[in-house]
Amino acid sequence: MSAPIVTRATRASRNAMVIGAVALIILAAAPWWAGRADMRLMSEIFLYLSLACLWNLMAGYAGLVSVGQQAFVGFGGYMLFALTIWGGLHPLVAIPLGGVLAAILSIPIATLIFRLKGAYFAIGTWVVAEVFRLSFAQVGALGGGSGSSLPVGIVKSLAASRSGREALSYWLALGSAVVIIGAVYLFLRSRRGLALTAIRDSEVAASGLGIDIWRTKLEVYVVTSAFTAVIGGLIFLQKLRISPDAAFSVNDWTAFVIFIVVIGGIGTLEGPIIGTLLFFLLRETLADFGTIYLLVLGAVAIIVMLKAPKGVWGLVRDRFDLELFPLSYRVRQQPNQKGP
Amino acid sequence: MSTLLSVQGLAKSFGAVTVADQTSFDVEAGAAIGILGPNGAGKTSLFNLITGALSPDAGKISFAGADITSASAAQRCKMGISRSFQVPQPFGGMTVFENALVGATQGAGLRGHEAEAHVLDVLDSTGLLPKANARAGTLTLLERKRLEMARALSAKPKLLLLDEIAGGLTDAECVALIDTIKRVHSEGTTIIWIEHVVHALLAVVEHLIVIDFGKKIAEGEPKAIMESPEVKEIYLGVEPDA
Repeated sequence: MSAPIVTRATRASRNAMVIGAVALIILAAAPWWAGRADMRLMSEIFLYLSLACLWNLMAGYAGLVSVGQQAFVGFGGYMLFALTIWGGLHPLVAIPLGGVLAAILSIPIATLIFRLKGAYFAIGTWVVAEVFRLSFAQVGALGGGSGSSLPVGIVKSLAASRSGREALSYWLALGSAVVIIGAVYLFLRSRRGLALTAIRDSEVAASGLGIDIWRTKLEVYVVTSAFTAVIGGLIFLQKLRISPDAAFSVNDWTAFVIFIVVIGGIGTLEGPIIGTLLFFLLRETLADFGTIYLLVLGAVAIIVMLKAPKGVWGLVRDRFDLELFPLSYRVRQQPNQKGP
Repeated sequence: MSTLLSVQGLAKSFGAVTVADQTSFDVEAGAAIGILGPNGAGKTSLFNLITGALSPDAGKISFAGADITSASAAQRCKMGISRSFQVPQPFGGMTVFENALVGATQGAGLRGHEAEAHVLDVLDSTGLLPKANARAGTLTLLERKRLEMARALSAKPKLLLLDEIAGGLTDAECVALIDTIKRVHSEGTTIIWIEHVVHALLAVVEHLIVIDFGKKIAEGEPKAIMESPEVKEIYLGVEPDA
């Protein structure tokens, strides 16, 4: 009797990897083939994809259902403005530094809101985000409630020409999506990722098997908050203008993100990717219909939650046993395996 | 033999309901102990206290000479206590193999191929190898119970707590389960087993503890305990002189 073999990659995952690599090369070349408006739309897609992956890691895996991640989007955005205007830093230094500051800030916030469970936790995160919004509205030097624009000198420091700046901000958006998906994938594939996945499915069993739940959740919260702030910085680098209402918008940075993750498939790595594509497909086709667009989004969300609570990817995965990112372990029995 | 687990004056109540009332007992390393008691007697709560899922109102628990009363559930698992849940708690979205891998990598601290080989061993000995790639959420109740056992074993426990693992099994399955538990025990693992299927329990354990209303009522050699009138009365609901 020879021992069974443990593998992780499947044919689907190998194909997905090849297709993903080709798509990435084509997308990276977009400044040479895409128009200005297309590149802006694609940048927005990549930034939303990043936010969705982060929210999914936090809510779908660590069970931290936050409706307040706009706190860190806005914080990252404001840090870009503050650190470049006051600190004289280059935007590409200010944005990661904003992420580091968000990580530091998220630790005391976590110790406060982690005492709350379930719905109370969600409300707590929202309250924190409102505190952020109201606090930044008090900062007169950043325009107070009406906000401010990024000075021309700072914008020009990115690249001399307009097309150069647009290409750079597109690549930053694409790069951040790739880095975040890659980082989440590598994390979930690791030993600690296995622990996080166990927490997703049963906290009581996970802690009984040696997993420190509180610490794991704290790590996930701090890391997602930091990356969310970086994405916030990139978002407002594209917009070039920031105001408290735009920076800390619960609709833009949390409601849409939750919609994306839920329809795509929460607690899976593929879900946010599918969800982002569906969301922008709906938005771009329904954009001309005004408020009807929001009604349709709401209807889609309700139908998916009732009929396919695991999202579109959940349906596909259960039907075809598919996995694009090889996270699962598969045990291959040898033909002469002795039956138990 | 040395004492592996020592429970002293353990007390826990939820409002008016007392689940542990000055419970004290010692478990020798390498022993196999059975716990009997009617439903609601506090058997599972006792396990929750030993594993750290509940913290006691009073009393002390020591394990392998160290006071673990205030240690977290995760720390206790790493020290060598693992348990199966009476109501199975599988990681439903993960495969059977991955469920056990959690115990091997997090609880036992194994890595890479060492962890994988250990998990394959455990799945083989619990009869779950053919189901290794199945999502735990798709398993039948009996398979879930086996998975509870496999996952507990994957953490390489010194002390294994089994909570009603034989309930609902057919005779043949029960015999296979008894064999598995005996083998684990013979390899040096200390076992505490809560079970209503008395014949299965008596096939393995050398020592019985009977509890009711959180209180230890009797303790000793299984045969004598089962025949003692007070145990018959309390556990089986039979009048001593009926």
